[in-house]
Order: sequence, then structure tokens, then C-alpha cells
Amino acid sequence: MLFRTIRSRLLVTGALVVGSVFALKPSNTVQRVRDATTGRMKDTTVRRVPINLGLDLQGGIHLALEVDQSKGPVPDCADAISRAERVVRSRIDQFGTTEPVVQIVGRCRLVVELPGEKDPARAKSIIQRTAFLEFRITDMQNLFRDVIPEIDRALREAGVRVPGQAAAGAANVAQLFGADTTKAKKGKAPAKGKVAKDTTDLNAPGALSSLLFQGSMPGEFLVPEEQVPVAESLLARSEVRRLIPRGIELKWGTEVASRGARPYRALYAVQDRPIITGEELEKATARRDQVTNQSVVDFVLSRSGGRKFERETGRHIHDYMAIILDDRVQGQPPIINGQIGQHGQIELGSKPLQDAQDLALVLRAGALPAPLTIVDESTIGPSLGRDSIRDGIRAGVVGVVLVVLIMVVYYRVSGVLAVAALTLYIAFTLAGLALFGSTLTLPGLAGLVLSVGIAVDANVLIFERIREELQHGKLVRTAVDEGFKHAMSAIIDSNVSTVLTAGILYLVGTGPVRGFAITLIIGIGASMITAIFVVRTFYMIWLQRRPDMATLSV
Amino acid sequence: MIRLFANAAYDFIRWRRWAYGLTAALIIPGFALFLVHGLNYSIEFTGGTLVQVRTTQAVGTERIRSALDAAGIRDAEIQQFGGANEYKVQARLGPTAATTEVSTQATAQAVDSALAHGLGPDQYKIVRYEAVGPKVGRELQGKAFLAIFFSFIVTLIYLAIRFEWRFGLAAVLATLHDILTTIAFVRYLNLEVSLVVVGAVLTMVGYSLNDTIIIFDRVRENLRKFRRQNLYEILNLSINETLPRSVLTHGTTMATTVALVLLAGEVLRPFALVMTFAIFTGTFSSIYIAAPLLMYIEKRWPGQDARGARAFRPAGTAAPEPRAPQPQPTR
Repeated sequence: MLFRTIRSRLLVTGALVVGSVFALKPSNTVQRVRDATTGRMKDTTVRRVPINLGLDLQGGIHLALEVDQSKGPVPDCADAISRAERVVRSRIDQFGTTEPVVQIVGRCRLVVELPGEKDPARAKSIIQRTAFLEFRITDMQNLFRDVIPEIDRALREAGVRVPGQAAAGAANVAQLFGADTTKAKKGKAPAKGKVAKDTTDLNAPGALSSLLFQGSMPGEFLVPEEQVPVAESLLARSEVRRLIPRGIELKWGTEVASRGARPYRALYAVQDRPIITGEELEKATARRDQVTNQSVVDFVLSRSGGRKFERETGRHIHDYMAIILDDRVQGQPPIINGQIGQHGQIELGSKPLQDAQDLALVLRAGALPAPLTIVDESTIGPSLGRDSIRDGIRAGVVGVVLVVLIMVVYYRVSGVLAVAALTLYIAFTLAGLALFGSTLTLPGLAGLVLSVGIAVDANVLIFERIREELQHGKLVRTAVDEGFKHAMSAIIDSNVSTVLTAGILYLVGTGPVRGFAITLIIGIGASMITAIFVVRTFYMIWLQRRPDMATLSV
Repeated sequence: MIRLFANAAYDFIRWRRWAYGLTAALIIPGFALFLVHGLNYSIEFTGGTLVQVRTTQAVGTERIRSALDAAGIRDAEIQQFGGANEYKVQARLGPTAATTEVSTQATAQAVDSALAHGLGPDQYKIVRYEAVGPKVGRELQGKAFLAIFFSFIVTLIYLAIRFEWRFGLAAVLATLHDILTTIAFVRYLNLEVSLVVVGAVLTMVGYSLNDTIIIFDRVRENLRKFRRQNLYEILNLSINETLPRSVLTHGTTMATTVALVLLAGEVLRPFALVMTFAIFTGTFSSIYIAAPLLMYIEKRWPGQDARGARAFRPAGTAAPEPRAPQPQPTR
């Protein structure tokens, strides 16, 4: 036996108790998430509750998602939703322990329910671990740049002046006025436009061109940060949208670059057709290259995705590829150096590793077959109903009291020791669940009940053996030793085979089957520790205090 | 000191044919029913109709449940949704909810009239209703069975190493027996198979295996200790020796599950019933199925000492007095 002295055994037990308390203490952790509005990565502090109760016991938050059809209809939304269901399920439940509900409602709607969440913003950030990712080639022929003068002209004709603050303000004010003032404006604006045309003409900066500065690659433009809303409103005008060349779309970037003192945001003209979407992406990891000391993101595509990607990248060597997540270009588009197949990498040069990790996170997130929007959100009560849970708790308390009574009445002082060990067992099990980040649901509680039964059983096996040995006329000390020794093989064999069964259930099963298996494995581990180790220690202390004990209270 | 069943000497193995008959009488009709009608899967597996209800007062899930129960809509899932007076009801009319337009509308109307009776016609408003798909795919059930199958193989291997393959086979067959009886039990009572009931069935597998191995552990020990006895006697002796433990362990676990059956309410009752039955069948099969099966397997494929071949001793000579036989030194 490894721990012979009572002191060392008490130390180990004490350390386990302290560890359990520590594991069960709520704490804050920092998590890196994508900001829903800006599309940039940021750190958020998350309050980590040690054990989350599942949707059936506690409720949580309810989000309804729909395929975003605002940018053109999606041909088969039922199909898109059913594929999205699989993605969302696997992405928000990576370890299979959260047990969310992901359910198709109606024809084109996906309901996601997350247990324990009370904060909609945080729940949304979890959902945003899934997003719509696409790779698109930037506007290599400068089709968009070529039409900028034309757009300027159109804007001038529509009466939009060169944006200084005043011009932007005027445009907004004009829109705010009702039908009466439009007449007046119509009378005035063309005249002003003519004046502007006369004086400035072609060389003068146009409304749009004065906002856009050519970036470092074809299709990239930089817009001063404070002018971004102006540029957005200009680009949203119908006369501008009409002029944007066929096959080209404009997408804002997430990055803010500083040139001199002024911050700029990138605007990209990209092809409207993605060369590949995130649905084909299987894996993405960030690393720092040992040789070149560059930050690198490695990614792996599915087999069919790899073939498609190889064909497309072959056609676009030396072009820039924008990585677009939920309509925002992530980082600066990297250049395609050669044909890329199933395995590819994105080099980020001397940028910090954090950027690579963010990109990998983005790539992993973006697997939805179509963009989704959140259409509804609210909190939701427990699916078992509060009435059932109240009854269940009452019944559970009665059950525990019965177990305690039976043990104490039947085994007397030894029974008290067993009950004391059982409270430690519960602390250890809960701590184990907290460490695994499990969500406790009713099937999980079934596993817990079983493991309590097994914990009691281990004590019963030992006590019955001790009784047998005492009946054979052995001394108390010998009887205790022999009792533990002989009960050991039964306890170990039965528990190991149950753990093996649970392990298979964890590997093969999904959702609640996994939750059950995890609770069972942790519970059996804790029951072995308490029944064999802790109860034994109690006996050692007891026998040391009363060395001349003639009869054992068992 | 209370001692139950100490020094018992019952001839358990003698009743093996009765046990086989009893268990066959339970399994075969139940299984036939299962094959013909299938199981009554819960709304989590089938999907149904979602009805969102807003009440004028916060009535609580209990009132809504009793209103629906009174109208015969039994297995609805009722959740508070958003504010205190909004509820999400997931219901279906038949056991197999075909999610068509017609059935969705019919279910919504049924919920409507049930609430009109239970709460009063102007006490609530139906905000919307629509068809909902299943929460868990049917593949979960297939995966659960696949998992059980693989766990059997692992158990066979583990027991073959720690005991002998014959013990492993007997233990796995006894557990299989328990799965069959549990399915029959669920079918007889027409219990609703929800996720929680799946959990209870898995619990049963763990519990039964655990119990069988405890008895087999004693058999293994006694086979080494008493060289003269045949397997019939050893099995009886081992079951009798572990009887106090069986009574106490099963007594305590049964106490908790019976408390659940009686006190945990309508929603949790199927789960509690299956758990209670699981303890019963697990205990029964360890004694009356696993042990005689081990004897049968020993007879068909005798082990090294061929004691299984002498196993079927005539009933008249009965089992030995436990503890009475002179322990033969092992070597």
C-alpha cells in the first residue's frame, strides 16, 4: 500500500477536498470571440459557472435562426437549414457535453437553445462560433475602380456634393424633410449641380473618389474611419448600385489600418461568386513557422472541396483571395502563390501569432452552407417544467434520507463512516463534472444515481466481508484488513467493467448518452476513492484510537 | 446488530427452469408486441406542433399541464418562454406525429380548446403555432444500441482476461436478457420512450453487469477455495454468501427509485419505473440467469478441471451447507 500512515492519507484526502472546492468555485475566464457588429475579434470575460444544469432542468436561452434571404433568395432553404443544423450542432457542442437543443422548426427555421445562459449577448457569441465563410477573389481587373468616375458623375447629377461634413449633413437633412421640401430641393439642387460641374469637372475629386484611396492590391480601397458611414450611405444609393459592374460586390474589411495619424478602414471589391465556402472546410490550426518565424494558418478541406479549390486556385495564381466571414473581409486578403489542394496554408508574415489564431478561429467557425440571421431571441424555462423538477428534488431528498437511514441502522458506526464518505463522494463527483465542463441533465442524473448506488455497494461489500471475517473468529484489526483485501477484487472488477461500458457509450454515443457516460465514469472514479481509500483511513484512525477494541460496530 | 440472510443456504440453481420459463413468458409476448407496434417514442424523437401561448396572468406550467392532461393531450412539453406569462407548448395528438399542415393545425386547435376549458376562453392568446422537427435524431437510438453492442465486446474481453471467457459470455448474455425484459416492460406499460428513459436503460446495463460480476467474483474465489465441490454447489454457495450484500445494496437503490416513482410526479414517472424495474431484473438475472448460464456453458464447453461436466447434480442431493465443507487447502 502506498499510503501507510494516517497522516499521509489525511493529507491526500484533504488535498482532494481542497481541489474539489477550488474546482467548484465560480471563476472568470477570458475567451476570444468575434464581435457581432464589427466582425473583429475581441476578448471577453466569461463567468464560468462550475456546473451548468441542462435545458431540461434549468432552461436557458432560445434563439431562432433563419436563412438570410435579404441578399437574394436561397434556392433550397429547407436543404440549407438541414445542413446548417448539422454544422451548428457540431460546432457549438464540440465536446458533446453542453447538450444544446438544435431543432428545425417549420420549413426554414432553426431553433437553438443553450442551457444555463441568461445573457443573450453571450449566447449570440456562442452561435457566432458558426458563421458563413467564403473565399472570393478580389477585383483583379480593377473593374470597380474603372467605374468610380462614372459613379462620381452620377452622384453629382443626383445632387450629392463633394463630401465635407457639410455636404454629408445636407444630404441627410434633405432626406429628413417631407414631401413639401423635396420640390424646393429639386429646384435648387440641379442648379447647384450644374455650378459644380462647371467649376470642378473631371479633375476635381468626386463624391465617392474623394473618400476612396487605392490600397496595396487591386480591389482594395481605404476609407477614412470617420467617413465610413458616409461612404456606406453613398454606396447604398440605387444610382450607385446600378453602376457597380456585374460580377463585382463590395465588402467592408474588419481591419483598421493607420496611415499617419488617421485610421482607415478597408473596402474590398470582390467577385460575387465564392471559389469555395466554409462548408468544405474541415480543420484550421495556427502555428508559428520554426524556420521563417512567420505566423501561419494551416487548413484542411474536404475531399471534394479540395478538388474544387485546386481547380479554382489554379486559375487564379498571383491573385488575391479575400476571406469573408458573414459578409466581412477578415484581415488582408493573402496572395495565391500556387495551386492549393486539400491542404493549404495562409502565411501572415510577421504578424503576431494572435492574428493567426484569430484567423484559424474564423476559419473553423465558418462552416454554414448559407448565411443565417437571428430572428428571435428570448429566455426559456426548464423543459421538464418547474413543477416536475420540484417534485423530482423532493423525491431525491427522500431517497437520500432512506439510503442514509438504512446504512446507519444496519451498519451502525461503520454506516456513519460510510455516509461521511458518501458526502465526500458527492463533492468529488461534482468537482469532476466541473472540471469536464459538463452540463448536468436528467439522464446525467440517472448516471449519478447509479454511481451513488455503486458507491454504497462498495461500502456494503467491504462491511459484509468484515462481518464474515469477524464471524470466522478473527480479531477486529485482522478482520478489517482482510475484509478490505477480499472485497477489493469484486469492487475493482465490477467497476472497471462498468467504466469500460461507459467509455464505449461516450465514444459511440451522442448528446445525452455522452452526458450519462461522463457522469457515470466520474462517479465511479470518485466512489472507488472514497469507498476504498477514505473509509479505510477512517477505520485506521478509529482503530488507532481504540487499539483494544474487541467488537466492531459494523 | 441486524443481519439479514446471514448463512443462508437456499438452492437457487434448482429453480433455473422456472426462471427460464418466467422470463420467456415475460419477454416473448412483450417482444412480439414491440415488433408489431414498435415503441411509443416521446415528442423529443418524433417532433410535433409548437404552440406559443400568452396568458393574461402568470399561471405556471402546472396549470397548463393539467389543462392539457384533462383534454387527453398527455405527453406535451411545457416551458416558460420569455416573460412569466408566456409559454411554449410542444404537443402532438397521436403517438406518431406526422408533421403535415393538417395535423399541425389540428393539434393547435386541440391545445386551444384544452386551454379554453382549463384556463377560461379569455385568459390566454395563442401567439403562433408551427410544426417542429425532432430534437434528437432517430440515429441516437441506433447509436445507443451500437454502443451497447461494442461495450459487450469490451466486457467479454475484460472478463476473459480477469476471469475466463465462459464467465464473460454468461455475464453478457444475462445483460442482454435484461435489455430484452426492459424493452418488454416498457412495451407492456406502453411507457413513453424519452431521452431520460434511454438513460434509464443504459443505467440498467451498468447496474446488471456490475451485480453479475460481484457474484462471479465470489464464484471465482470459491472455485479456488473448494476443490471438491462441483459447479452447481459452488454457484449456490456463492449466491448465498453474497446474499446479504445483494439484499442491502438492492434494498437501498430500490428505496431511492421507489421514492422517485411515488413522489417525482407524472413527467418523471416513466424514468423512475424503468429504473425500478432495472434493479429488479438486474438482480434477478445475476442469480437466476447468469449463474445457471455459466453452468450450462461449462457443460457444453468444459474448462480445464471439467467441473462443469459434473455440474448437473440431481436435485435430491441439494447444495452443500455453506461454510460446513472442510476447506481444502488450495495446494
